[in-house]
Amino acid sequence: MKPIRLELIDGAILVVYFAFVLGIGFVLKRHMRSSTDFFLSGRLIPTWVAGLAFLSANLGAQEVIGMAASGAKYGIMTSHFYWVGAIPAMVFVAVFMMPFYYGSKARSVPEYLKLRFDEKTRALNAMTFAVMTVFSSGISMYAMALLLNLILGWDFNVSVWLSAIIVLLYISLGGLTSAIYNEVMQFFLIIAGFAPLVFLGLRDVGGWSRLQMRLDEVATAQHFAPGAFSHSWTFIGNAADNPMGVGWLAMLMGLGFVLSFGYWCTDFLVIQRAMAAKSMAAARRTPLVAAVPKMLFPFLVILPGMIAIALTQHQGASGFALPNKPDGSLNYDLVIPLMLRHYFPSGILGLGLTALMASFMSGMAGNVTAFNTVWTYDIYQAYLRPRASDSGLLWMGRAATVVGIVISVGAAYFAAHFNNIMDLLQLVFAFVNAPLFATFLLGMFWRRTTGHGAFVGLLSGILAAAIHHGLTQPMGAQPLVKGGWLGHVLRIYPSEMAQNFWTAIFAWTTCFVVTILISLVTPQKKSNTELSSAHLRRTNDLV
Amino acid sequence: MSYFDLRLPLGWLFVILGALIVCAGFGAQVTSEEMSLGWNVDFLWGAVMIGFGLICLWFARRYAKKRGPSNLANADSDRS
Repeated sequence: MKPIRLELIDGAILVVYFAFVLGIGFVLKRHMRSSTDFFLSGRLIPTWVAGLAFLSANLGAQEVIGMAASGAKYGIMTSHFYWVGAIPAMVFVAVFMMPFYYGSKARSVPEYLKLRFDEKTRALNAMTFAVMTVFSSGISMYAMALLLNLILGWDFNVSVWLSAIIVLLYISLGGLTSAIYNEVMQFFLIIAGFAPLVFLGLRDVGGWSRLQMRLDEVATAQHFAPGAFSHSWTFIGNAADNPMGVGWLAMLMGLGFVLSFGYWCTDFLVIQRAMAAKSMAAARRTPLVAAVPKMLFPFLVILPGMIAIALTQHQGASGFALPNKPDGSLNYDLVIPLMLRHYFPSGILGLGLTALMASFMSGMAGNVTAFNTVWTYDIYQAYLRPRASDSGLLWMGRAATVVGIVISVGAAYFAAHFNNIMDLLQLVFAFVNAPLFATFLLGMFWRRTTGHGAFVGLLSGILAAAIHHGLTQPMGAQPLVKGGWLGHVLRIYPSEMAQNFWTAIFAWTTCFVVTILISLVTPQKKSNTELSSAHLRRTNDLV
Repeated sequence: MSYFDLRLPLGWLFVILGALIVCAGFGAQVTSEEMSLGWNVDFLWGAVMIGFGLICLWFARRYAKKRGPSNLANADSDRS
């Protein structure tokens, strides 16, 4: 792919954006007087800001590039990630879980686990989460540098270090508030940068009805019934009938319940945004505010993928087509960058590239702010310096930001050596978040759940996920990262997506059952008062 | 304690970026319009962005006025 040559105006747009990003950090610096200001935004963030940041923290590289790629590969069924997955989970977290989190006055998700269960459950969650966040941030950095190298010809090392320095500056200056404010700006920039792309792509393909016709051709070319790419529910009865290879049970239980609820209800990266809200009511409204634009995002990130595959199948007026990888398969990951290059002239091209960079940086910043909070509160203050002063915690927060960024840079270079590290990371999310959701459900709604039950259940869930993954494989995959590493494959799934959904279902079910069994045979060490503080004035809050 | 009204930087960012993109639209060549299927997308979208930026600034100013002159820079603290 020939790199794009940026004009002066495109460069100016990038410079203006970065000046605003850093400017927000510098203006906020004077407000950062305590650890609460730095890690929790002083619990002063208005609902609409917290809501858009809640949404934007999830708008990283995987969301924008990955959803467009999935739209091209699986068609409109990808929208289930939003309408079956994210939206119900966001409503659930607002209605049922926020009262527990915000009302407990816990400063992080691991701290909530300590209040409800015990120290070892908190430690397990804090450690796994800290590792996940820095690796995730590093992989965002790696993906961004790789993409900038591919589409702009920028040097990989320069891109990695430049993005690291910018994120480091604005987070270490303004803490979580700086990350949240920038995430809101990034949210609007992503809409401004990608909306014209959808209009131009739809115009090129000949409008909505013509797009459906072209997608029917795509479906029949791949030996599916016409409509398999443009109908989200019709072909879900049998996994073999749709391009995703996922049946209704795996879709509803795996994605709709375990994976989505596991992510949106327990991942501190997003929960932290709602916990920064100024009141309980504002915290509960935060996911609801986020859910409204989230419902519309498939049109912005999935539709370009569907347009791209339709145009590739039957080239439109402008001759757009996706390129092939060396192995002959289509390179779905290039949907957004190629459409930007194809449709956007100089000027709006700078805006589109800025939106792309904004999405990568919001993903990085979200992970780094979650890391510095969990490190400082749940590892440093909990185990290393229990008597640390507030100014000491603030200093440690800034130091953790530097260390987190440096480890992320290391992870970015580490990722460059492994083709499958993104798949591996997704898998780790399924291993960790899915069982954690079972722990939370039981902890919040069944007072008999004990600390031993939660800890053993969580470990068993992770182990069950590993065993399921080791004994299964997606069709056509090599053993190891994509499964089958236990030497004996019990089941071949039609796609990686189907395998991930079932891995999550096994992990969640195992954790749920084991937690109940162990809780029934171990004593409850938390007093009624302690349990009430973790179950929280829930009744009052819900009324 | 309170932070500043986010609509101010957001509004200014969109006005400045919109103005830059409109400028690119004024200087657009035939090839640029061909790329965007016959539309001067720079000019059109730049104008939309300026409009959005101005709306943000208007809301920020209106809210600051409502809260009084002493809070011009700190308008965001308790809005929900």
